Amino acid sequence: MKEKIIVKNLVKVFGANPQKALALLKEGKDKAEILNETGFTVGVNNVSFSVNAGEIFVIMGLSGSGKSTILRCLNRLIEPSAGEIIVDGTDITKLNAKQLRKFRQEKTAMVFQQFALLPHRTVLDNTVYGLEVQGIPKKEREEKALKILEIVGLKGWEDKYPSQLSGGMKQRVGLARALTNDADILLMDEAFSALDPLIREEMQDELLSLQQKMNKTIIFITHDLNEALKLGDRIAFLRDGALIQVGTPEEITTHPSDDYVAKFVRGVDRSKILTAADIMKKPQPLIPLRDGPNVALRIMKEHGISSVFVVDRERHLQGIITVDAALEARKAGIMSLSEVELEHGPVVSEETPLHDTLTAMVDSKLPMGVVNQDNKLVGIIVRGSILAALAPDYSGSDSEDELAATASPDHKLVFAEEEMEQESANSAI
Amino acid sequence: MTKIPMAEAIDKVVKWLQINFGESIDAFSDSFGDLIKYLESYLAFIPWWLLILLFALAAWRVSGWKLAVGTILGLAFIFNLQLWPAFLSTLVLVFISALVSIVMGIPLGIIAGRNYRFHRIISPVLDFMQTMPSFVYLIPALLFLGIGTVPAVFATVIFAMPPAIRFTDLGIRQVPVDLVEVGEAFGSTPGQLLWKIQLPVALPTIMAGINQTMMLSLSMVVIASMIGAGGLGAGVLEAIAQLKIGMGFEYGIAVVIIAIILDRLTQGIGSSLRTGDK
Repeated sequence: MKEKIIVKNLVKVFGANPQKALALLKEGKDKAEILNETGFTVGVNNVSFSVNAGEIFVIMGLSGSGKSTILRCLNRLIEPSAGEIIVDGTDITKLNAKQLRKFRQEKTAMVFQQFALLPHRTVLDNTVYGLEVQGIPKKEREEKALKILEIVGLKGWEDKYPSQLSGGMKQRVGLARALTNDADILLMDEAFSALDPLIREEMQDELLSLQQKMNKTIIFITHDLNEALKLGDRIAFLRDGALIQVGTPEEITTHPSDDYVAKFVRGVDRSKILTAADIMKKPQPLIPLRDGPNVALRIMKEHGISSVFVVDRERHLQGIITVDAALEARKAGIMSLSEVELEHGPVVSEETPLHDTLTAMVDSKLPMGVVNQDNKLVGIIVRGSILAALAPDYSGSDSEDELAATASPDHKLVFAEEEMEQESANSAI
Repeated sequence: MTKIPMAEAIDKVVKWLQINFGESIDAFSDSFGDLIKYLESYLAFIPWWLLILLFALAAWRVSGWKLAVGTILGLAFIFNLQLWPAFLSTLVLVFISALVSIVMGIPLGIIAGRNYRFHRIISPVLDFMQTMPSFVYLIPALLFLGIGTVPAVFATVIFAMPPAIRFTDLGIRQVPVDLVEVGEAFGSTPGQLLWKIQLPVALPTIMAGINQTMMLSLSMVVIASMIGAGGLGAGVLEAIAQLKIGMGFEYGIAVVIIAIILDRLTQGIGSSLRTGDK
């Protein structure tokens, strides 16, 4: 993946003359010592990371940890004291005032915690602000803004003033203003923190679905771990201006790098982070619809199980056949499963949170099928795997080769089907 | 202990200014005086009832019918007291002084609001201008410009300008940080930041400053009658000199009426800006 933003050894010292503090930092003194000796506050302490194009990179930390400072260094609303910030190959810390304006106009757009809408402007006039300062003609910029306003669900509100909107709608305007600018990079400073919980979740979902269409590079600041886990492709943990850990939500929750992060993630409800795809097993054994009850019984016997998933040629889930049903069918002399009335267990999609699979599981004795968008069976979940996932030392879904198997399941299935065909030929006595 | 010769030093400076710049100051004073005279005579051309109606219309637009009715009653009362000519010249003096104060004060306030060092320099100067007894300004005004309306305007501007500067400064400083950040984050030039964000957001506060400037202008214009400014103030002064209580009261009431009308008018403009919907 292409690295969009590279931050190298970023330091921000607040104070009139940061040179002394910088020298002390190089000697390895910590934040408190420097504050004592020089009276300067170290806001960001030697932070390096990189953000890939098209990912949501969450910077997570408590208030005062320097997360907002880092964000503001990325478009130089705050001047870094030292270090490099390379965006698309250009070190933006070296830009002059005019170049910096151009960079801000074209590459970045920002969404603010308290919405920061201009009170004297209507929704539409707020939304066009970024294009207005670039000198885009009025008609063109308003057309563009109206399109974006429709996308964020504010059609019909163009002529209202910010004071007439609810918090959620205000932040939609904030988002629309940032999107209208059509910049590659979205800087979101605790964008949803000021919203009440229901609206916040709604906005998070909306951001995720927007991101699927727009594929921006998003730097998202938050102090809310659940938000970080939900939105982040990767999460950077910050404490006292220093970076402690960078990783995917799963890495962070399963392998916290130190006690600080561990303490943070301890309270996390794992059933909300892990999805069906994380805990499912590869869909084996399966049985094609055209096979008979004899084959089904033999497969169950081989694997020591009491039911097996039945699929058609395209691997669409048809149902489940149990031992009892298979025995009865054999007694009745039925030759193909397509003539048997199959049972139906719970079915969930790959993205279903573990939490919701639990509820579905409670009402059924049968194993659960996991299907993808095309309704193909991609995995199965049994009670044991849910319980294992909720256990505290759970790490990762399957072993690596099995993960590889789910990565290209179609190939695997063709192979499995051939195998089954052979076996059914052999067992046709 | 010897006294520090402060008074002597100031006298010397004033004298030096007078000798070196006297002529040009006189020329400026004359033309400015002519301008005021013209304005006054043009205003006198407008029939009294038309002027009252114009004021009432403005009052109705910015505030409502109550202020409009009050304006008509108040101004008709002044006309009835036969103070119309004095009212007109006071009005002209107030407007010109306020205008000069605002035209000079708002840009200074903008600089102070955006530049902390200038803010630090100008603050004590403003304190000085506002707390110095207003009569003291009459003396240099008198010396440089003689007796008449021009020195009155000069003294009034010095007295009335500080609120315009201060409120503009304050208004710009009070623009929420994140709104300024919006301007910068979207790549505005400093000029765009000022015109599109800082000034519009600060406008209600600036209007409050303009209101204050208007009020101070009015009060100073009355005092400036001591150095020859005409109008209602001259009437008050005459009443004091001759101990005519009734006459003093009539003139005084007229000043109060003007003050209330100007105050409500400028406040009305300010609050209609504050609500945001135009």
